[in-house]
Amino acid sequence: MGLALEQSGIPTVAIHTHVFARLARSVAQANGMPTARQTFVPQPVVGRAPEELRAYIEGKDPISGLPFAQELIEGLSKPLDDQDLSGLSFERTTERLLPADSEDRLQQLFIDNQWTDYQPIVLPTEARVDAMLAGTSHARNDIVGRLRPTVYRELWEFDVEKVAVNAVMSGARPEYFPVILAMAASGVSGRSSSTTSQATVAIVNGPIRDQIGMNYGVGALGPYNHANATIGRAYGLLSQNLQGGSVPHESYMGSQGNFLSYNAVIVENEAASPWEPLHVQHGHAADTSTVGLLLGGWYTIFGGGPRDTWREKFTRSLQACDPYTGPVIALDPIVARGFTELGFDTKQKLLDWCVEHARLPAREYWDNQWIQTLHRPRAVAGIEPYATMLAAKPEELIRMFRPEDIHIVVVGGGTGAMWQMIGGGPRLTLCSIDDWR
Amino acid sequence: MTSSVAVHDPRGFPPKVIGKRLAPRLESLDGKVIYLVDCLFDNSDVFMEQLRLWFAEHIPLAETRPVKPKGSWQDDPEMRATIEANGDAAILGVGL
Repeated sequence: MGLALEQSGIPTVAIHTHVFARLARSVAQANGMPTARQTFVPQPVVGRAPEELRAYIEGKDPISGLPFAQELIEGLSKPLDDQDLSGLSFERTTERLLPADSEDRLQQLFIDNQWTDYQPIVLPTEARVDAMLAGTSHARNDIVGRLRPTVYRELWEFDVEKVAVNAVMSGARPEYFPVILAMAASGVSGRSSSTTSQATVAIVNGPIRDQIGMNYGVGALGPYNHANATIGRAYGLLSQNLQGGSVPHESYMGSQGNFLSYNAVIVENEAASPWEPLHVQHGHAADTSTVGLLLGGWYTIFGGGPRDTWREKFTRSLQACDPYTGPVIALDPIVARGFTELGFDTKQKLLDWCVEHARLPAREYWDNQWIQTLHRPRAVAGIEPYATMLAAKPEELIRMFRPEDIHIVVVGGGTGAMWQMIGGGPRLTLCSIDDWR
Repeated sequence: MTSSVAVHDPRGFPPKVIGKRLAPRLESLDGKVIYLVDCLFDNSDVFMEQLRLWFAEHIPLAETRPVKPKGSWQDDPEMRATIEANGDAAILGVGL
């Protein structure tokens, strides 16, 4: 927004907290305005009292060491120099092939350039990439899509060959390539730079699961299947490399990081489920294959059952979910059948029960940091249901989720009546895999 | 002797960057309208209010106007049009 105001003739200064200094400069540079005026205050602003924030304003910029207020005023009034007037134009190129070298040195080069997840990769030789390309009917130069780590970064573009390179690095086989291409084409990054340490949860449905030998049975969410493991890894690697990086302080700001960033692929056990699979719920034919992506992945809650007290356990678990990102409720087939015996003969009935019982006092809901940041402006603007929820009295129990915020999938091998609520995301992006065969 | 292999570069294609000039700066803030844009991050409203009070004390001849976009992490063309039509400068805070 600040760069757009500058372009329309409004001198602008942006204030950031100091931990964002490298990121802020990198964004300004990538937008052709490297000298955009930026000032910094200490982290955090969240939770600081007015007098502490006043001290930030009257103190020094922790990055430059200069008085903050002086920088602010000079940012709006100090005359411009030549670079301010011209900006900075440049082209960045990425080569098709890297200079030939030994395998050991290339492995180290990929680590040094932060092109890996710090586990050994399969080097993407021309022969291996050509073999991967045989996994799709698309031409190597077909554009697949564009990705970026967050909305204020520039979009990087990539073709089929570039996706194949990252698929090879992950150890994936050519027959997995349509799934990986669908994920790449989704526009959803598996390496979001959010300070909240988002991960992207992927749900695979349809015949492709059996065609490439994916695991939806015993150990499906763990490291027990080649396709599950390498497809999830490929999605992470392609996200970071095709979007222009996922480098801490520059293009990744997740404060704690997220285990699910290594792999968060769920394959639905459609044959053992008493209900419609996820893709059919969303209007796709049962004989088509899809991958659904949810940007979130903030939490996991575990339980067993349904036992006599399942209502209490489910209610408490739903209340423990983050209200900005509804859960993916992953049920073992035993649990799913147990729910049908309780009268939930469709997923929708169980989903409706969850929506009805997932409630928080309004004061607690609106005190959530992300609800405050993302939903409150919508409520203030009169957008429903948030406006009505904002009008609720502090102790009134309000719904945490809309029906579309919760997803139910059946996964597991029936060795235990277990379920997990895994942090989903605010929006399901469902992509065709068949389009990439 | 270690054999040498050629491998692909795994990175995507970055967009070309076109340089953009900054807006002309103001000779003085006195008599000017400065929009204080609250970026809607948690507690940024409290920070921007403190900034408004600081301006009132230290640069009383500048007029500050607090303003909020419609949502976080998104452009608000209507708000930008207001600033462009009625403002001389803008300060955005706190956050990206």
